[in-house]
Amino acid sequence: MPLLQAKNVTHYFGGLCAVSDFNLDLEKGELVGVIGPNGAGKTTVFNLITGVYKATEGEILFDGTPLVGMRPNRITSLGIARTFQNIRLWQELSVLDNVRIANYTQLKYGTFSSFFHSGNFAREEDRTIQEAMDLLAVFKLEDYADETSKNLPYGLQRRLEIARAMATHPKLLLLDEPAAGMNPNEIGLLMEFIQWIRKQFDLTIILIEHQMRLVMGICERLKVLDFGATIAEGLPVEIQNNPQVLEAYLGEGVEV
Amino acid sequence: MAASTQNPKRLQGLRNLWESLMQKRWLLPVLLGVGFVLSFAIPQFNLVNPYIQLIMMYVGINIILTTSLNLINGYMGEFSVGHAGFMSVGAYIAALLSTRVLPVEWIGWFFPFTVLIAGLGTALVGLVVAIPSFKTRGDYLAIVTLAFLMIVKSVIENIEAIGGPRGIPGIYRLTNLPWTFFWTLVAVWVIRNFIYSNFGRGVLSIREDEIASDLMSVNTRTVKLQAFVLSSFFAGVAGALFAHVLQFISPRVFDIVKSTDMLIMVYLGGIGSIAGSIVGATVYTVLLEVLRPLQVWRFVLMPLVLVLLMIYRPRGIMGLREFRWFIPSRDLFARKNWHANREKKEVSDATPAS
Repeated sequence: MPLLQAKNVTHYFGGLCAVSDFNLDLEKGELVGVIGPNGAGKTTVFNLITGVYKATEGEILFDGTPLVGMRPNRITSLGIARTFQNIRLWQELSVLDNVRIANYTQLKYGTFSSFFHSGNFAREEDRTIQEAMDLLAVFKLEDYADETSKNLPYGLQRRLEIARAMATHPKLLLLDEPAAGMNPNEIGLLMEFIQWIRKQFDLTIILIEHQMRLVMGICERLKVLDFGATIAEGLPVEIQNNPQVLEAYLGEGVEV
Repeated sequence: MAASTQNPKRLQGLRNLWESLMQKRWLLPVLLGVGFVLSFAIPQFNLVNPYIQLIMMYVGINIILTTSLNLINGYMGEFSVGHAGFMSVGAYIAALLSTRVLPVEWIGWFFPFTVLIAGLGTALVGLVVAIPSFKTRGDYLAIVTLAFLMIVKSVIENIEAIGGPRGIPGIYRLTNLPWTFFWTLVAVWVIRNFIYSNFGRGVLSIREDEIASDLMSVNTRTVKLQAFVLSSFFAGVAGALFAHVLQFISPRVFDIVKSTDMLIMVYLGGIGSIAGSIVGATVYTVLLEVLRPLQVWRFVLMPLVLVLLMIYRPRGIMGLREFRWFIPSRDLFARKNWHANREKKEVSDATPAS
């Protein structure tokens, strides 16, 4: 059974069709890229999977569990985490808190323990600090733990966002334009980094990206969206020579 | 010239002194112990005159109100103007218990339970605002809380059985300094505990970016429910204490002006800070009394102070900052402890090899 299955997913904003008839069978361990021009509906697909929007039509199954209509926090606790196109850290909070909060479902104590710091409060809190610090160390952010997250440099904020997503213990990671605003050198490092976390955490990844070098370099399979419709899918090499894709990106009648 | 170079130096000295005081964590329990003893000693031996004792009680009540309102307006980042509504619910429950329900010989010893029941009753009413908060936020939730305040006031005004617009007179003066101190301590301690917990951090994350909270597995509904219920519980407690100081309550006591007073204390002290709530409530309450000789003019001066404060310190006195005393050492030293542990581990890992 595929890890994530999207069947004929369609979504309308008012009268506008943002995503139409989106299908995806994602096997465990795959790294799939979703590309397409601006406004093609790529981020909407992520929002549909993670429950920010409720799909107008169609079905999304994660490990066999239907996701449509489920609240986003439940979907995340099932094992789907994401990052955002424009960084959405909790800016005024510390780096440690950013990671700890994403560990929310792992803490097993009730309301009254939180009022009086009683019961297994101490044990659980100590454990989550340990886990969060260990995770930060994996991402080489441990020295910034007390820093307010908005004060981090841009590259570290991007890294922290991935660390935060990992704190939710995901099986599937959705990366929304992780290379936005990076220079070619940094993109090279990011490629290695994505490969590395994929292996380290045994992840399945869907990647939205404009940087062709990144997409072609690491994705095993690509889907191309344009105006909400899937216009092509296949291996990176096939996509590169697909006339419809070239048309979507460069316009009609372009000779390459 | 000499003065201008000396002043920053003196300020620096003060700051260093403050810092070193804050480092001494044992000072807080000592101070609280002294406060507790004083709260008994002051009325017993009349150490200060009754008027000042009264103001001290108002300071305590206002600290409870400000801290609990700060949970919603400061930590969660919503804008509630309905806190006086919750306070009135608590005040009425407690006043009715004391004047109508309980037999006279019970009233005295039952007072702590009266306050507790008032708090619990108000907490239930807190759900009325918590549930709309699932769907609404920002300005719209502010309107919901405003509507709530108006409904509470109208309902009380129209029920003759509880005095209607005339209110409830003849409440015994049961609130004293020790009880005020006790409840203030409980309120601050519980709210501080909640904030430094998994759920409290969830509340903070809602202020920063609610969609990100949802998507990072925080159950925002649970967390909002807890925050509203906790906040209204202590508003009810404050109301109960207030009724038993004032000895007379009527719907007019708990109108929008009362809510505005609380908002001023929260934003004066600073949002998202326990220390700020305490400082804000104390400064505002004391200043209003000190400025009493100015009569009506103090209501011109106080807002002016606020305007100036917002210009020069837009986040209030302590906005988003906290006394180190109030931060659990687990959180304060998380990074340091972790590094220390790791070094220790590295050493012990290395020992057998050498």
